[in-house]
Amino acid sequence: MPAANRSVRAVFGALLALALAAQSALAAPSGPPVRIGSTLALTGPLAATGLVHKIVGEIYVEELNRKNGLLGRPVEWVLKDDQSRPDLARTLYEQLITVDKVDLIMGPYATANILSAMGVAQRYNKVLIHHTFGTPSLAKYDMQFPAGGLAGDPDNTIPKLVFDALAASAKPPKSVAVVTSKFPSVHFISLGARDAAKKRGLREVAFLEWDFGNRDFGPIAARLKDAKPDFVWVGGLGLEGNLLIDAMRKIDYMPPLHFHLFPAPGPLLKAAGGENALAATTFEEHPPFTDNPVAVEFIRLYHERGAKAGLPDTSVENQSAISYSSWQTLEAAVTGARSLDDKAIAQWLKKNPVDAIVGRLRWDGPFNYIYGTDLYKVKQNQKGKWVIVWPKEFAAPGARLITP
Amino acid sequence: MALPSLTLLGQSLLSGLFIGALYGLLGLGLSLSWGMLRQINLAHFALAFLGAYLTYQLAGAGMDPLATLAVVMPCFFALGVLMHWLLARFSVSAFNSLLVSFGFTAIIEALIQWIWTADFRRMESAYGEVKFRVGALYVALPELLTLAMAVALSLLVWAWLRHTYTGKAMRAIAEDAPMAAAFGVDVRGLSLLLSGLSAAFAGVAGLCLALSYTLAPGQIYAWLGVVFAAVMLGGLGNPLGPLVAGIVIGVSEALTMAFTAPAWAPLVSFSLLIVVLLARPGRI
Repeated sequence: MPAANRSVRAVFGALLALALAAQSALAAPSGPPVRIGSTLALTGPLAATGLVHKIVGEIYVEELNRKNGLLGRPVEWVLKDDQSRPDLARTLYEQLITVDKVDLIMGPYATANILSAMGVAQRYNKVLIHHTFGTPSLAKYDMQFPAGGLAGDPDNTIPKLVFDALAASAKPPKSVAVVTSKFPSVHFISLGARDAAKKRGLREVAFLEWDFGNRDFGPIAARLKDAKPDFVWVGGLGLEGNLLIDAMRKIDYMPPLHFHLFPAPGPLLKAAGGENALAATTFEEHPPFTDNPVAVEFIRLYHERGAKAGLPDTSVENQSAISYSSWQTLEAAVTGARSLDDKAIAQWLKKNPVDAIVGRLRWDGPFNYIYGTDLYKVKQNQKGKWVIVWPKEFAAPGARLITP
Repeated sequence: MALPSLTLLGQSLLSGLFIGALYGLLGLGLSLSWGMLRQINLAHFALAFLGAYLTYQLAGAGMDPLATLAVVMPCFFALGVLMHWLLARFSVSAFNSLLVSFGFTAIIEALIQWIWTADFRRMESAYGEVKFRVGALYVALPELLTLAMAVALSLLVWAWLRHTYTGKAMRAIAEDAPMAAAFGVDVRGLSLLLSGLSAAFAGVAGLCLALSYTLAPGQIYAWLGVVFAAVMLGGLGNPLGPLVAGIVIGVSEALTMAFTAPAWAPLVSFSLLIVVLLARPGRI
């Protein structure tokens, strides 16, 4: 029946044309761009991680514009360099709102800069979604929304997570040394670790604090060697954990187990002596995280862009994942509220969770934080690769906490 | 408070000695240019880190880290000469040299960040893994090399200034440059020489930094306070001063960390500085 075939073909052809037209309408957002303003530490001491957040933001905005933008409009990201300086971050957020007249703002990187941005956001009643705010007790603004997966009481949740992991291991530690930087966002969590260890009956054999920027970890390493703990909690930031490991190796000592609170994950992974080190994370490149196709596509793009940008480690882990999740939160909130109005977005976020690549984010607690639970997991450096080992349901296939 | 064991005490003393030597090495060039040329060269720290990154780069290309000095030192000498020529050309005063060299620091930091990014870099070398056991104590080779280089350079410069004609002429310039010139001393040439040497010493300090530390551009500023304290305590223009003062500070810090809370250690260098300034106000 050639005539019937022809008409079937014609109908299919018309449908295909319609579908392509619809697809092209979806793929081409139109109208004036939605301008999203933020700063990042592109230079200065925090720039290494600032670059990670920049790459993630660029990937997300490009993907948004490849789809339907925000509310059908293209998205423009107005990014400024805060030089890792909280005072400059404050000035630049003022500029973004008053001079650049951005529609929405997104948080910068690191606690002090976020706190600066939060003050400005509060003054202009802007929603501030952020990812790396380490001291939730300081967040007193009703329209700030943390998307980093941290609980309102990380001094309770993170130590509990770590000591639970250790208790479930083949050889739970009996003694602990807590060594910590006095940097605000790690210090109070380390104090929480002391309490948690005490409650579980672990013997504290050393508690040492240093000022952020300490150069000589030799005496601290020597004191740890003297104290012989089964487990060392390192409340370190960035490279501090590496410096301590270096110092311990120089005196031929490594503790059986050591946990690092907020390390520079790449260098710790590659450090001699970093084998079996534990750290906290929200995401690693293995199932169940990679069961999510959105995460898989993000990992692919991040590997590509990271390599182009010269990142020494292009794997998606905590920083890049929470950065991506904060953009997912912004997109979900604008789409859900169907508005760019900050109050409407804030109201939507308070009532609705967002399923991000790090897990389900919600903000129905005091000051938009959730207490007693978070999205963090314990990971371990196993054969030069970070794998989650606790909780069991998030552990990499076949992985378990290695104890010496 | 339990007393630390002898091993802990000995290991802490060694640790203080080694980091003190690095303070001294970083302070050597700074002290010379400040004391003898009246230039407070903040860029010295940036140069040291640039030296560390160059060492990292050359060692990564297969060169022995110690051999990199053959490349780094002459280059830095030339850079030091150029910087001094610029400062002299525009008659920059001591105070203004602080500001100008801060500008150089920012430029060098940006250059480092541009070439090597802000990410952490760690030089892998055969030296890094070597350590010696002396009884219950351990001595790491990179730290030992730092101490050896700091002592050797400080003594060499001291002997040069004390026992050679050029050195004596240098000291004359530091005392009264116009008078030295009137006696036929080549003030301009010797100033360029000393400036070049100071920068070359920053290159040596850079090698020591690369041997022992993970590098990041922002860390340039982490050494500033304590090295300044060592330079001021040691006496400006005195080549042995920064080393001795650096070791005193390093050992005091290490003992503070061994006996009490490590967080108190940074107080040591500045408390010592305040005490010395109060006791000997004419020191700088």
